[in-house]
Amino acid sequence: MAGNSLGTDRAKRFAGAIDCDLHPAVPGMNVLLPYLDDYWREMITVRALDRLNLSLTSYPQNAPLSCRPDWALEDGKKPGSSLKAMQEHVLDRYQSGHGILNCLYGAQVFHSEDMAAAFCRATNDWIRDEWLSRDCRLRASIVIPAHNTEMAVAEIERRADDFRFVQILMLVSGELTLGRRQNWPIYRLAERLGLPIGIHAGSAYRCAPTPVGWPSHYVEDYIAQSAAFETQLQSMIAEGVFAKFPDLKVVAIESGLTWLSGYIWRADKTWKGVRAEVPWVTKAPSEIIRSHVRFTVQPIDAADEREAIARLVDHMKSDSLFLFSTDYPHWQFDEDAALPPGLPDELFRKIVSENALATYPRLSKANQIMEIAL
Amino acid sequence: MTRHIVATVDQIPPGERMLVTIGNREIGIFNVAGEYFAVGNRCPHNGASLCKGRIVGLVEAREPGSYQFSRRGELVRCPWHGWEFDLRTGKSRCEPDRTRVRSYEAKVEPGAVLTDDTLRAETFPVSIDRQYVVVDV
Repeated sequence: MAGNSLGTDRAKRFAGAIDCDLHPAVPGMNVLLPYLDDYWREMITVRALDRLNLSLTSYPQNAPLSCRPDWALEDGKKPGSSLKAMQEHVLDRYQSGHGILNCLYGAQVFHSEDMAAAFCRATNDWIRDEWLSRDCRLRASIVIPAHNTEMAVAEIERRADDFRFVQILMLVSGELTLGRRQNWPIYRLAERLGLPIGIHAGSAYRCAPTPVGWPSHYVEDYIAQSAAFETQLQSMIAEGVFAKFPDLKVVAIESGLTWLSGYIWRADKTWKGVRAEVPWVTKAPSEIIRSHVRFTVQPIDAADEREAIARLVDHMKSDSLFLFSTDYPHWQFDEDAALPPGLPDELFRKIVSENALATYPRLSKANQIMEIAL
Repeated sequence: MTRHIVATVDQIPPGERMLVTIGNREIGIFNVAGEYFAVGNRCPHNGASLCKGRIVGLVEAREPGSYQFSRRGELVRCPWHGWEFDLRTGKSRCEPDRTRVRSYEAKVEPGAVLTDDTLRAETFPVSIDRQYVVVDV
């Protein structure tokens, strides 16, 4: 595909990249049937669940965000449902060393906790068999029913020995603020197993997706996502998640970046004023973020993306926070360049692979373990 | 360094503070449970008057959910941004090495000692049978 080529020079620069945000789509409930027990298989028919799309409401099939138009599949198939297309569109093109799959599917937000747990389990099985086992470059996040901590922990434990699962996936807007102690068993296990918590944009819509009420338009919901990230990072810091779990890593995925500068300024300033309220927070929030939180770089949402990254490196006092991602096949109204041209070589290398290797300890271990897991 | 008599002890009861000017410096004198401390009045961050701040204790935590309260009344919170300063050392709680207010030695001396030396040059009338707060500046 000549028109799809990156050009030899750029392809070389990206070779071995770690793409930290790829979205495989569950094409339909039929693919999960082999992984469900008799009860759920019958319920799917009886309740006509198979006729539901069950895409996550934040990423409905035809919303602009769900697919860059030139990445659309033939016959109107769900964007992201074809491994072959993902290989052509991004994996082969960037010659990625690894790509991390973040499957966004209704399973993780079903109101029934039992149903959510059963379908998350099936989704993870399906990802293992249809994606991880078919392309050795792929790694995945564990999809969990985050609103039931016990069931979430059980699902994480079920995947613990398969080192191709490198992260735990949560939505930025679930049922609770993420710092609440109710979630801590998930974080305790994540820390022990070397699994970062990947927080992805998107809502379970248990509450209005903006702090001031329900939006009328897609554009309001889209713009509100970064505020949700800000709130959740603040929740995790203030509730003491990072004081309690000093080795825990969090990756903000599809969070946008430019809001960070203003946020850390306000968070640091306010902490200095009211720190006695949260005395376990003994470091400035910006320092806690520097130690524990990483961000995927698609989208950047700035007029000059190179300048925006340079400024953030300066404000955050670190070049280790940003992770390469194509966000395939999502579309943030951006163009083809996954990273802006003109980044200094060292920063480029860090963003493209070194930062991810430091964030995901299982990436380096997975190759040696994979044969056993298979 | 010169010693300055700034107040009689009963002018600054426990838990209270007094703003004094020595030369061109404004200094806050704080009585913490009978012990006197003197720090520059000007917050090193943006210049608010620390003497107008709230007196607080030290709050620490072993882990999230633990609240350890100690050193009642030994810190002052800036009235503008709420930064806490340790009255014993002048160091701020959040940035102890970077942000600190000048602290001075404050002592209580009997008038009998003070009337003997040159300190009488101060505008303060000193009588032998009273106790005075003295600051080294």
